[in-house]
Amino acid sequence: MPTTSHPSFIHATLAVVRKDLTAEFRSRELLSAMLVFSLLVILIFNFALELNVKERQSVTAGVLWTTFAFAGTLGLNRSMAVEKDRGCLDGLLLAPVDRAAIYFGKVISNLAFMFMVEAFVLPIYAALYNVNLFHPGLLLVILLGSIGYTTVGTLLASMTVQARTRDVLLPILLFPVAIPVLLSAVKASTGFLNGADMAEIWPPLNLLIVYDLIFTAVAFMVFDNVVEE
Amino acid sequence: MTPKPVLLKILDYLSIVLLAVATYLALVYAPTEAVMGDVQRVFYFHIGTAWVGLLGFVFAAGLGIAYLVTKDMKWDIVEVAAVEISVVFFFITIVLGSVWARPAWNTWWTWDPRLTTAAVTELIYVAYFMLRAGIDDPERRARFGAVYALLGGLSAPLTFMAIRLFRSIHPVVIGAANENQDKMNMTGDMRVAFFFALFTFTVIFIDMFWNRIRLGQLQDKVEQLKLKVM
Repeated sequence: MPTTSHPSFIHATLAVVRKDLTAEFRSRELLSAMLVFSLLVILIFNFALELNVKERQSVTAGVLWTTFAFAGTLGLNRSMAVEKDRGCLDGLLLAPVDRAAIYFGKVISNLAFMFMVEAFVLPIYAALYNVNLFHPGLLLVILLGSIGYTTVGTLLASMTVQARTRDVLLPILLFPVAIPVLLSAVKASTGFLNGADMAEIWPPLNLLIVYDLIFTAVAFMVFDNVVEE
Repeated sequence: MTPKPVLLKILDYLSIVLLAVATYLALVYAPTEAVMGDVQRVFYFHIGTAWVGLLGFVFAAGLGIAYLVTKDMKWDIVEVAAVEISVVFFFITIVLGSVWARPAWNTWWTWDPRLTTAAVTELIYVAYFMLRAGIDDPERRARFGAVYALLGGLSAPLTFMAIRLFRSIHPVVIGAANENQDKMNMTGDMRVAFFFALFTFTVIFIDMFWNRIRLGQLQDKVEQLKLKVM
């Protein structure tokens, strides 16, 4: 391999993703914590909300998204903390690649963890409550919602790991900014699950797309400022 | 530190006088609203504080961009000043709105788009200060603050749109979005009180903003002197 040429943007991004996934599949620290945690959240909701057949119609989407959001914060915190702890972030930053590539690599690996949690939660929720969640529309909403949540989440997590109060700070910073994603995702998911008209589902769906685009672009532009030493 | 500019001193006194006049106009001069009664008088200050509150948040997002582009600490000082004042004004807005909502809607609070957006926006800027408090290095604190002010400024309008997907009962003051919503019809005297309150709070905002920027510069100077001594 020639060492003089810089790796391309996509190569660098994929290298970060591969590193994260390999590390995770060796230790399984993050995923196991996220999976167990999301199970616990569902369990608590079951008793907190009395999820009987009638209630489930209206709250399923809300319960799912709350679970994803909580488990997501856990993952985001951890995935940036491991970089910071052993000085790995400095190593990454020293690499002669565009820093945005590091950011997108992190986003993609965080997104991968989030999808794994979702792929685990959906069938379990479906089985526990006997509801059919395998609606292509719902999967689309989950895709868009997770993208928005992790783009902002990864950016904020890379700020909070550098603060003194890091673990508690991420949800406080992330939730108010991510409210548009969570609300429109809940609205669109409820629409798909209850078989609502597309005319009713389009507005939240559009909002999700707009949010994803805006925040991906902004994160791309400001990430340099967040990791600069 | 340079002595306080004369214009700022004048502005200080002007703010006090204007506030007194605005209070008179709102509480005495303006006619009592036919349906809501005296409690409607809260509205003049409610809009006044809301306007400057939002103004400060918009400024903060712009100043965040200015800082990220120039990396000049002076923008950070101005940005913090804007957010700090706006957080207080916005809090007053929410409290005054609640005071009005109790008799008008028969509840202190409702999850209406404007109210919810206001609460979320307030939380964003409270989080802004928590983020700043957690970072010791002033330069990094400024960078992170700027990034978060920018993110917050972008997400607030989207929050409003997201919640509007649900529904609204908040009266629309200028230009109703649809015909089902209440629209406030103001008489001439009410308009005087209304626009005067807007003007007053704008002046108060400028005055406080200026004072707060000076305070920020002073803090900066103290910090630098401390470093020199140590």
